[in-house]
Order: sequence, then structure tokens, then C-alpha cells
Amino acid sequence: MSARVALAGVYEHPTRWAPDKTSSQIMAESARGALQECGLALKDVDGLFAAGMEMGAMGVVQLAEYLNLKPRYVDGTNIGGSSFVAHVRHAAGAIQAGLCEVALILYGSTAASNAMAIGTAGRAGSDPAAGFVSPYGLTTVGGYAMAARRHMHLYGTRSEQLAEIAVTMRRHAALNPAAKMRQEITIEDVLSSRVISDPLHLLDCCIISDGGGALVVTSLERARDLARPPVQLLGSGEAVWHQEIGAPDMLSIAASQSGAEAFRTAGVSHDDIDFAMIYDSFTITVLLTLESLGFCKPGEGGDFVSDGRIGLGGALPLNLDGGGLSSNHPGMRGIFLVIEAVKQLRGECGDRQVEGAETALAHGTGGLLSTLHSGATLILGRDR
Amino acid sequence: MSGEIRHPRPGVDWETRAYWEGCGRGELVLQRCRACGTTQHRPRALCVSCLSDEIEHFVASGRGRVHSYTVTHQNQTPAFREAVPYVLAYVDLEEGVRILSNVVGCAPEEVKIGLPVRVEFTQPAEPAGEIAIPRFRPE
Repeated sequence: MSARVALAGVYEHPTRWAPDKTSSQIMAESARGALQECGLALKDVDGLFAAGMEMGAMGVVQLAEYLNLKPRYVDGTNIGGSSFVAHVRHAAGAIQAGLCEVALILYGSTAASNAMAIGTAGRAGSDPAAGFVSPYGLTTVGGYAMAARRHMHLYGTRSEQLAEIAVTMRRHAALNPAAKMRQEITIEDVLSSRVISDPLHLLDCCIISDGGGALVVTSLERARDLARPPVQLLGSGEAVWHQEIGAPDMLSIAASQSGAEAFRTAGVSHDDIDFAMIYDSFTITVLLTLESLGFCKPGEGGDFVSDGRIGLGGALPLNLDGGGLSSNHPGMRGIFLVIEAVKQLRGECGDRQVEGAETALAHGTGGLLSTLHSGATLILGRDR
Repeated sequence: MSGEIRHPRPGVDWETRAYWEGCGRGELVLQRCRACGTTQHRPRALCVSCLSDEIEHFVASGRGRVHSYTVTHQNQTPAFREAVPYVLAYVDLEEGVRILSNVVGCAPEEVKIGLPVRVEFTQPAEPAGEIAIPRFRPE
């Protein structure tokens, strides 16, 4: 059994609109927040992990320079929005192997104030691999919409059931003072919002905001001596999946692989999970992720998300911060899944707190469902 | 009614040239591994099953069925901004590979999963002579 690892500090940058900040600045301010809350300083950091939409090929090196850090371990893995969930897993491996002791994981973006059309711009450029995509007008929303269409075709899933997810996330956002969109919506509001890529409506899509965050990961032993209650990493998994060759089932996603490994390594069952943070780039993302993680069978996601099950007070509350659909989505959102899970497990979430939460699952999806995508899953628990 | 899609011209390199030049001749060209028999798309130098470089090209039937699709109503890219609504689809080809493309030649609401379709070829927005863009229309 390797040494246990914990989240010692977390920080969600409060900004949702930052035309006066750079993405590096948001990362540095987030680093300050996470280090301060657990009583560490920049000089304690010896592992640096980051990915970003505004970071180039040597982005993590430039970030180290910005922070005046000389880490002995770096990881700039970018597998899309799930990157930061995977970084926690990578950091755990590095800490257990003695390659670093205090890992700092960062994200920052000014996606909204830069007016990035993340969901509705055509994908990819003119390189030869992209040539099989770019002539046809694939958008991010379009990739997810094809998965939604197929799910509806095979299982009779209805737009009302997808809308239930958006409505629930908005209800949670109303309880989160930092969330960007806090006015409650109805299923009818979702269905009557304009169609972006059929069958997905505007309100089936995540928002675009600015923002960022930071995570501090270290050994459980060291975390116990720091200022905040540690949250233990119990298990993890990651996966990269794709389409086209062998024409696999479009609706079976990377989460099925990463989730199975996370449950196996954590040694817990689905019934042990008190709440989950599921990347909600689009409503369909949540539904397919729940199925692929095994919370329900393939095709049953529509029923699963209905009847209040995924709301605060339900059997499996999801995305208590309001998620990417309502709280924040600065291009890549994985880091916020971990931040909210940690805060919930520490019991600091006020009106949106899941009472007595002890075990949580966080799952990030990166890339585009139905094309190239990644999945990363963590199972986290209160220190006992 | 929507405007025509102005298909951006794809980049072509030596791994993909046979595919795009096949399209230019009006043929949908796929790859098969001589060592293990795997059929693959998109084209590459090595077999995705056994890493053999004994790759041969063959002309596919051009027929398939819609695996899934979406009617795109918003795309900020100039080439597609005026083409909306257009149908983006995955087509399962008879040869057992899946290809991303557009379905044209019918109203978007007539497209269904399972719809039999056949390939057609059109020039990209900047005509390229030797290559063409494959897309599909109902049989």
C-alpha cells in the first residue's frame, strides 16, 4: 500500500468576468489563495501542474517563470477540461514515488472577456489530421449533440429529461453566491431557448466565464499538520477514447474506463458516494457520464436524473456549486469539480451543503464526446 | 433555406494524399492492412491493429447509414455562419468504418438515424483541382 495522499488546500477564484486580469495573474492569485488557506508558502511548492487554453507548448515552463518557481517535478498534461482531475492523480503518483512533496495544480482563463466562441466555433485548423473534421463544420456543441441524438434514438430519452439537469444545476447556483447565473429556470425555459445544435438548446449548454483555481496536493501525513482538514484521495482513473476505427458504441464513453478503475482502487461502491461532481459541459454530458460511471444502466439516465434525485437533498446530489451550466466555465472546468468536492467534504458550503457528506466522486470529461475525448475520475473522502 | 456550405480546404500530406486524390477522381478510398485484414479510416501509414506498414488502398462502395447527426444552427466560423442550418453526421460505411461528414440533398428534418446514404463529391471553397470533399445524400 503506497503512502496516502490528500488535498491540503483549494481555492476557487471568485471572478467570473476579468477584463482587467491576465490568465497568468488569475493562476497566481489562485495559487496564493490555496497556499494561504493551508498555511504553506510558494517556497514549499516543488511540483507544478497546469494546462490552459491560453498556454502554449511550453506553457508550464512560462508559468514557472511567472511564479518564480523552480519545481523538481512538472506536468503540463493537457487532455482537455478534465486535465486538472488527471493532474491530481498524477500528483499523487509523483508524491508516492518521492518525486515531489507539495504539488500545486493551477488553472486560469479569461475566456469570456476574450470573447472566445468555445462551443460554436468550428473545430480544428488546416493540419492533415484536422482535414477529416474541418470541412464539415463540427462544433463542440455538435459533437455532444450527436451523442444526445443517438441516445434519444436508442432509448427514447426526451429533451425534458435533459432539461431537468439544467434546471437542477441552476437551482444549486441560486444557493451559491459566487455563481454567475443564479435566477432559477424551468424545464419550459430550457425547451424554449433557441436550438444551438439539435437536439441541444442554449440552456443545455454551459456558460462561458472567466475564472481559475488552485489545488494543493501533498501526503496525508503532511496535510494533517496543515491548517485545513485534509481530504483524502481514495481512488482514481483516467482514459482517452476516440471514434471512427471499428465504429465503437458512441454512447459508451471514457468514464466507463476511468470510473471503473477509480471505484476499484478506492475500494468503495456506488452506494458509498454521497454526492458527485460531474463535468456538465452540456446536459447530455452529465447523463452519459452517470451511465458510464455505473450509477445507472445504459439508457436509464433520463429516468435517473428525474424526480429530484440529482438535486440537493436527493439520493445523488450533483454539482452543488451550480456547475458549468450555471456557476462558471472558463473554457476548461475540471479544477472546479475538485474544489467544490473538497469544500463539501470539509462541510464549508453553507446553504448548498450536502449534510454529513463523507465520500464524493469527481469526474471530468475533456474534448468532445462522439469524437476524441478523455475522462478522469477521482474518489475523495473525509480524513478519518 | 440555408446557404451552401463553403467547405474549408483540408490540409493534405503524404499519409492522406491517396484519400483526397481519390475523392478528386470521384472515389471514396479506404485503407486495408495486408498483414491482418483490418480496414481503417482516417488514413495513416501504419495499421492501427498490428502496426504493419503493408497498407493497401481500395475503393469503397460509398454507401452507408447515418449513425448519428445534428442539425447545426449556430457556427461562428465564417465558412459555416451562413450555411446554417446544416446537417453534420457520422456515417457508418458498409466496409465497417465510421466517417464524419455532412448530409445534403434533403431537408434537415428528413435526416434520421439509420438513413441509407451514398457519397457524392464537391469542390472545397477554394477549388483545389486534384482533390474534392466527400459528403453524403440520401440513397
